[in-house]
Amino acid sequence: MSNLLQPNEADWYEASARERIAALLDPTSFVEFLGPEQRLTSPHLAQFNLTGAFDDGIVVGRGRLDDQVLFVAAQEGRFLGGALGEVHGAKLVGLLRAARECTGRNRPRAVLLLLDTGGVRLQEANAGETAISEIIRAIVEVRSAGIPVLALVGGRAGAFGGGGIITACCSRIVVSEHARVSVSGPEVIETNKGVEEFDSKDRALVWRICGARTRYLTGGADHYVKGSIRDFREAVIALIPHASPFDLATLNAEQQRLEERLERFGDCRDALEIWRKAKLPDPERIADITDDAFLCIQRTRGANHDAR
Amino acid sequence: MEQFQVRGMARQRAPGHRPDAITGVNASGNLEVLVERVLPDRECLVEVTTAVTGFRGVWEAVIQNFFERCSPGGLRFSINDGGARPDTVTLRLMQGMRLMETAP
Repeated sequence: MSNLLQPNEADWYEASARERIAALLDPTSFVEFLGPEQRLTSPHLAQFNLTGAFDDGIVVGRGRLDDQVLFVAAQEGRFLGGALGEVHGAKLVGLLRAARECTGRNRPRAVLLLLDTGGVRLQEANAGETAISEIIRAIVEVRSAGIPVLALVGGRAGAFGGGGIITACCSRIVVSEHARVSVSGPEVIETNKGVEEFDSKDRALVWRICGARTRYLTGGADHYVKGSIRDFREAVIALIPHASPFDLATLNAEQQRLEERLERFGDCRDALEIWRKAKLPDPERIADITDDAFLCIQRTRGANHDAR
Repeated sequence: MEQFQVRGMARQRAPGHRPDAITGVNASGNLEVLVERVLPDRECLVEVTTAVTGFRGVWEAVIQNFFERCSPGGLRFSINDGGARPDTVTLRLMQGMRLMETAP
């Protein structure tokens, strides 16, 4: 093994949920809750002739990062597109509620959500939608208790549907170039509104609309990282102390920021128009430049905020 | 979807002391294998749940070959398969057995 990459130099995009957790946290610090040997699998998938996963596509537990206690959940984006069903959702709700209840030296410094999901699992949609609501409420309660919740997005499935809403509810959002964050996904929009409204096969368009660079430049993400697990680790360490308090002043500031953004860019039809209007340098090339060059761009007014 | 078991006898107990391990993901062309040290030292068992029907004969050949090559005594392997090729199945079974030698 010694001639291979160190685990945390590995690429976030290529890693599984378990590999991401193992390399993100301090070595051997992760303790899984309700592990795969307990076989908490979906009670619904077999009715649809689908094979399940022993962890129902999500790994939850406790670990340490830079020697701080954290609670962590990681979705496996390759199992049913990371889609969120009854058991999967219940594991995440349970983790968030446990984070709020833990006191003393077990109290987590933050909760990390390694999101990689297309949204609710259609085969168990009612349970999944209910779970999304419960997760949102649980995130709000954890943040109200003074514990930041960080979303980390850079996997194959992105964060769509309810997963996009969950992302937006977090204290801080970290993305890499592969990340896409949105509610209705490109295929959904195309199916409902037609190919002239949105061509989901136009990958450049998809990334211009909901990709990491657009989200970062317009304030939909707080931190843009290059793609290794180590980059995500360093971002989390840097961001935890700077999560804003979850209070009325924060929410009012965010509301004002969003209103100003809508006023300024609301008539834009494509991210390119936003970048031109914001007078960013070389707007036509923003999608193509390297991560290093991209990170040198000064974000637009109202993007680099402290109001989430 | 199809479910079946393949039982075998092993020459020796699988090395290591780890009680369980998991490897792989149930995705298209891939599979997850949960390994548990729950059987008597000379027995081994693979429980297969696969999305693809009609290949039980191939599975049995691949698994019996794995039993003979690796002697995974005492281990039960539970598989959720998304249509992996036989070489991927062998690889995952061997990975799972190797993980049981490591610290949890």
